[in-house]
This record gives sequence, structure tokens and C-alpha cells, in this order.
Amino acid sequence: MRVVRLASEIDFDGWRAAARRLRAEGVSPEAIAWTAERDLFSPPPCGEGAGGGGVSAEMADSEPAPPPQPLPTRGRGFTVPTAFVDLAQAVILHRASDRLALLYRLLWRLEREPRLIDNPADPDVARARDMQKAVARAIHKMHAFVRFRLIETDPETYAAWFEPAHRVTEAAAPFFARRFTNMTWTILTPDACVAWDGQTLRVSDGVDPADAPSEDAQEELWRTYYASIFNPARLNEKMMRQEMPKRYWRNLPEARLIPQLIETAQERAAAMVAAAPSPPPDRVLKAALRHARDGAFNGDLPTSLDEVAAAVQVCRRCDLWRDATQAVPGQGPAHAPLMFVGEQPGDQEDLAGQPFVGPAGQVFDAALKEAGVPREQAFVTNAVKHFKHEPRGKRRIHKTPDRGEVTACRWWLDTERRLVRPRVIVALGATAAHAVIGRATPIAANRGRALHLPDQGQAIVTYHPSFLLRLPDADARDRAHAEFVEDLRLAGELAKLIDQGAQ
Amino acid sequence: MAVLDIRRKLAILADAAKYDASCASSGGEKRDSVGGKGVGSTEGMGICHAYAPDGRCISLLKILLTNFCIYDCAYCINRVSSNTPRARFSVKEVVDLTLNFYKRNYIEGLFLSSGVIQSGDYTMEEMVRIAKSLRLDHDFRGYIHLKLIPEASPELAAQAGLYADRVSINIELPRDDSLKSLAPEKDVGDIKRAMGRMRLAIEDKAEPARKAPRKSFARSQSTQLIVGADEAKDGDILARSASLYGAYRLSRVYYSAFSPIPDASHRLPSARPPLLREHRLYQADWLMRFYGFAQPEIIGQGQDLDLSVDPKTAWALRNRARFPVDVNAADRETLLRVPGLGAKAVDRILLARRQARLTIDDLKRVGAVVKRARAFVVAEGWTPGAATDGEHLKARLVEPAQLSLF
Repeated sequence: MRVVRLASEIDFDGWRAAARRLRAEGVSPEAIAWTAERDLFSPPPCGEGAGGGGVSAEMADSEPAPPPQPLPTRGRGFTVPTAFVDLAQAVILHRASDRLALLYRLLWRLEREPRLIDNPADPDVARARDMQKAVARAIHKMHAFVRFRLIETDPETYAAWFEPAHRVTEAAAPFFARRFTNMTWTILTPDACVAWDGQTLRVSDGVDPADAPSEDAQEELWRTYYASIFNPARLNEKMMRQEMPKRYWRNLPEARLIPQLIETAQERAAAMVAAAPSPPPDRVLKAALRHARDGAFNGDLPTSLDEVAAAVQVCRRCDLWRDATQAVPGQGPAHAPLMFVGEQPGDQEDLAGQPFVGPAGQVFDAALKEAGVPREQAFVTNAVKHFKHEPRGKRRIHKTPDRGEVTACRWWLDTERRLVRPRVIVALGATAAHAVIGRATPIAANRGRALHLPDQGQAIVTYHPSFLLRLPDADARDRAHAEFVEDLRLAGELAKLIDQGAQ
Repeated sequence: MAVLDIRRKLAILADAAKYDASCASSGGEKRDSVGGKGVGSTEGMGICHAYAPDGRCISLLKILLTNFCIYDCAYCINRVSSNTPRARFSVKEVVDLTLNFYKRNYIEGLFLSSGVIQSGDYTMEEMVRIAKSLRLDHDFRGYIHLKLIPEASPELAAQAGLYADRVSINIELPRDDSLKSLAPEKDVGDIKRAMGRMRLAIEDKAEPARKAPRKSFARSQSTQLIVGADEAKDGDILARSASLYGAYRLSRVYYSAFSPIPDASHRLPSARPPLLREHRLYQADWLMRFYGFAQPEIIGQGQDLDLSVDPKTAWALRNRARFPVDVNAADRETLLRVPGLGAKAVDRILLARRQARLTIDDLKRVGAVVKRARAFVVAEGWTPGAATDGEHLKARLVEPAQLSLF
């Protein structure tokens, strides 16, 4: 039997050096006893604190601790996966006494089974992973449950006493240094102590509970908060114990309230259920009258675009308002000579409350620019004012509005047309063409020329910009784009927003 | 009015805040106080610094600025018609409390909400002042979650986003008609518009082009739905969530079982909170977000979830023709739909089966709940035989009644 004695319980470098040598020598796992306990007959391990570390006793090397080297992915003649090194560095912090043997057994098996670590179903790997998880949890709980106490006000100095579930004090400490960089603090535990002075972390030997700092005045406030945030109607002791195991309670100032909070919870909840509501104060009844809000839109014809914008928000002519953020009314000068009518707002328009600001809006803007039509002099709106869609995970998928929805919303479009009185209306896409002309008007057959509207105006039907976005074939896209720009230019000319033949 | 000491104020204003289920302190940008003047860090994963006996995580100092409120939402303890004791913090009191608690490692940061006093803008401005003071005067780098007042101006909401890691607006009631009757002054349109603006603001800041010079901005928004205060069915609630996730990219929808409150309104049920129902809703929500289920597959509108089994098991029982699934061959999407296999277990299965064919015991080791999975899977040396179609299968999968879940 070979006995390997490590410098400390968490002496990873020492373990690594010994393990590397033993595997190279072909010493099988059963033939090794690992320990970190001090041998009465050998000198105490080096200096203060952890770190360093050596192999002694039966390893027969009285040489000083090997200096920390790069991790042993490339040691004497063999390599191990990085995942194993990470695993081993965590597992060694576990309090289980067989952890060192388990790690060596894994290292030993890795020689024949190089992909062992990637098999979470292997019993040794599963156990090591469990230990790794327990260590990670202990670190996390230490980050959560350390309670600093103010021990000096000038300079502000804090100290905490803590008992970690595993030997994780050193591993947990950098978190506190990052969080409380500009504070001076010490964390005392039975395994080790760490101190931060604003510059460096210093590690020293563990201490006794008697060294714990005394109570902090803020703890009374903290307990007040803890008691008040608890909802007695939802008592769930099991969940609390699972996440805040009892072993931590004695160092948590709030935990002393727990028994009483639990004991009175049922009674408090029952009293709330049983209590009759008390009549509201008089001032409230009066205020209620003052706060009565305006009802839904009353159906009167709006007389300005501002009224349209306000009234369309409470429109209930169809059901699309339910899942939409808001109605998106038209935008542009009150008497624009040119009006663009799209199909319906999309995802971005629905959020912003403005028409044509999303991807299709960008195509539209670019084409307008190419055609020389200034968008700010045109009125831009949609045939349907609410966004029709279907939720799909974190996205909303556009759905074409049906005939009923287009008809219901036509009331708004007609109101906008009546108020703006444009010389030319451009219908973008089939839905808009139908809404503007009043009957199905296929784009391909009718685009490229002015159609006469009953109200003296002219209409042009053309593609919807998102149609251009969807065309997969580059040639077809270029062709459609050119036609689209051509139609916009024609509209601009008819509306006298650009000079005829200027291009 | 008598002057209240800080402890009494804290008791009142924490008590008034506890019906908000949100506690997350995750998802902020990664930062620490190295090179700064103050304290604080956020490292992606949130930390629960304590648990109350209700099993809920205490991560943030969750308080109201004031519980005075001009509104009369029937479900709310702070409604104007309630006779609950009232208090109001000053800006400095909240700032000091946050820092004192933070330095002692009690909390991850501040979650500030408020009753509406004077006007939405006035209230929001006070809340923003607190966040601003913490960030600018004290270089506080911990987590801040601000509740937005929906009717406050977009400029104030944008300022809130500038100092907070997360903002939220509670919809509270799943159905618009119940919102109208139980919260007459709340306007669902205001709420949705504010959420819409916030999503645009968050995404705008998220664009890499605008990252430099880095100006921190809220990373996420969330909301809460109260369960059991109105007639909405589980299917309606989940449909609302699906619509909210899609529209506003919420990081979370919280479900809060309507809990009896002191001095409740006579218009609401006075009963124990439906905790199991709340738990099932969270499970269903998870299925939508991480397991590839669409809301109609889980439960239709107008219907309630089966309380006796989890929603994935309920789905599997309705779709037995899709089972058993071979754990040594099925793809990820299919495995995710097997009861008893969580997302982590599925990933480990995919890893482990590259090396060896998996047995039922292997499943246990990768973290599957074998008791629930066994009737639905084929593994090396294991086939469920007729169990998948057995008429008593459901009875065997029913969990013993637990009132105190979540």
C-alpha cells in the first residue's frame, strides 16, 4: 500500500503531482491510500495557508513541493482532457473522504477510456459530477449566505463568520473581491479565512466560532424586511429548507424568526380569508367619481386626423385589437397630395405606433428615394390599422387580414381619405388595392398606369414592399424592384411632387 | 399624520410589495466594482440571499416607494379604497437602505415599485431619482429592477431603462374585460404601448453598433399575471402569455396565485391561493419556452390544465401513439417531449449515447425521472410493452397531492 499525504485537504497541485507520478509508474488505484492528515512524525506542511503542497511519507520524496506548473494536460507521457482537470479541481474541494481515490481511479481509467469524461452515465463519472455539483452549490450558497457585519466605521470594515458545506472558502472569495472591491472585509471559516484590503486577497488558517464578529445594528432592519416580505398564505416550509438548508441557519441573522413565522402563518392566513372587507373611506368614493374614465369611442365621425388617431385606439369593429399593442393610424401632412396605403402594420410598426418603420418600411423608403418622392410630403397609412399575427415562441408571425377585417377597417381608411383628399392614392399590395378600389384588383394586370377613382382622384396599384423582400430569385427581385420604383415615380408625377420627365 | 420610523415604514412597504412574484436578479450585464468607487456586481446568474418560509427567494430589496395610491384595483392591497396603513419613503431612505443591505450581502439589489401618487409622471420621476442617485452618486453596480408606471411619459420610461437592469409592467389580469372591471383606471392600451416602446428601446440599445460608447440600458422586461382573481381559464392565461412573449420579447411572465390580502375587496374570492394551479402554469410556460410546445398543444382556450399530472405528462397521455420513444435513437425535439426528461437530461443522453447504448439505470444517472419516463421510453434491455397504452397509466403517474408547491 502506498500512502500519499497531501499538504492540505484542497492541495490540488500536490495531488496532481503525485497522481501523475503514480500513473506513470503503473500503480493501480487499489494500491494507494490518500490522506491530507498530518503525520505525527513528519513536519507540518509548508508555511501558512493553502497553496503549494507536497507529497511526503511513503512517496519517499522529501523534496520540497513541486512548483505550480501549467495544468497537466501534457504531463509525463500522457494527456488528459481539460474537462477532467476542471472536474478534479472542483471535486477536491468536496468533503467526502474518498474523493481523492475517486479522482485517481478516473485518471487511471482514462488511459484505456480516453473519452470517459464525456459519458455522464458512467457511475464514477456520475459520482464525480455529483460532487462537482455539490461543490458548485456550496460556492453559490456561500456567495448567498455570508452575512457581513460592520466592525469598524472609519474606515468602514466588515467581517463575517461562515461555515461552508465544502472546503470552498478560497474558491468563493474572488466573487466578494469583485463585488466589494472598495470595502475592507474578512470572511472567517473553520477551514480558512480570507481577507480583502481593497488590493489583495489574503488567505490564512481557519478559526474558531468564538472569533465570529458580534451583531450588526442593521440586522434588526433586515429581520423586519424578512418578516414582512413573507406571505403567510403561501407557507411552504419544504421549499425553503430545500434551498436554504438548516445547516446554514445558525449564521443567518434572519433565520431566528423562522419558527415563529411558521407557527403563526396558518392563523394569519385564516384571519385574512375570514375577515369581512371594511367599507372604503368617503374620500375614495368621491375620488372614484372624479376618476371615471371616458367610455369607448362613440362612433361620431372624426373631424381631424388627430381625432382619428385617438379614436382608432378604442376601435372594436373587429377582434384584432386584442392581441395588438395599439392601432397604427396614418401619418403625414393633413392635405398631402399623395397617399400610400399598405396592408397592415407589422411587428415593429405595432410597437412603435407608426406605419412603415420595419423592414418593409426600409425597402419602401429606399424605393421612394430612388423614385425621387419625398416621403414627408405624402400621407402613409394602412388598409387595416391593427397588426394581425400569430405568436410563435418569441416571434410574431404576420397573418393576412381577412375580408371581414379589411371591410371593418375600411371605415377608418375612408375617413382618412375624406380628411386628406389626396390627388393620388397608391395601393401597395392586393389587400390595399381591394380596400382602395373596392373590388379585387390584381396587381400584375393593373400596375403601371393610373386608375380613376369615383371621387375624382387617381389610384395606382403596385407591389407591397414586403413582396420584394420575399422574392427568392434575384432576377425576379430586380425586375419587380424596378417596376416598383417606376410606379412610385409615376405616382409622384401625377401628384405633382416631382416634375414630369425630370429623370 | 404621525411620523413613522424607518423600521415601521419598511414593514409597511415591504408587506405591500410582497404580492409581486418577480424576484429575478439574473440577466443583467456582467460587471463588477473593480475600478469604481462604490460596491456591486452582477455576474449573469442571480443569487437568492435568503428564502422566506413561503419558499420564495429573497434576492432583491423588494419595496414600494409608497403604498398611497389613487387607483382602485380590486385585487391590490394598496388600492385607494383599502384601509391598510400607509407610508412613504424618501429618496434618501431607499438609497441608504439599499446600500446598507447590499454591503452586508443581504441582497443583490433593489426592486422598486410604487403606488401612483399625484400622477404617473410624478411617481415615475421619484423612482427614477432613486435609481439615478444609486448609480451616479454612489456608483452602485448591483441590480436594479424598476416597475414602470404605464401612463408615465415615454421619456421617463426611457430614463428608467437607463439606470435599471430590468423594467416591468404588470398586466395582472389575463383578460381585458376583467381588467376593465377590477382595475377600472388601468388602461390595457397604455400598458401594451409602454411595453412595446420598451422592447424597441431595449433592442435599439442591443444593436452592436450602438454599444460603443457603451451606455448601459435595461436588458429585459417582464410582467405578472394574477391567477384566480377572475374567471380566466388556464388556456386563456397561457394564450395571453404566448402573445406577450411574442410581442414584447419578455424574459419572463410571472404567475401569481391570487392570495388573500388584509382588507380584501368584496368583489374577489376570499380563499386560499391556488398554488398548485400556479405551479402547473409555470410548468406549461416552461414547455412553451424551452421544450418547443405551442400553447394550443398544451391546453386550448377556455380550458383548464389537469392539476393531477404535470402538463407534459398530460400531453403524452393524450398522444400515446407517439410513444414509446427510443432514447438511443430519437432526436432532441422528440426526447424533450418525453415525460421525466428535462432539457439537461436530454443533453446528457445525447452525449452519453455516443459511447454506449443507454439502459434505464443510465437514464437515472443522467438525471431523468425514471419513474415518470419508463412507460414512455425504449432503452437497452427495456421496453415498456403494453404499459404505454395501459388504462391505469395515468393513475400511476399522478403525484401525491401537495398543497405547498412553489
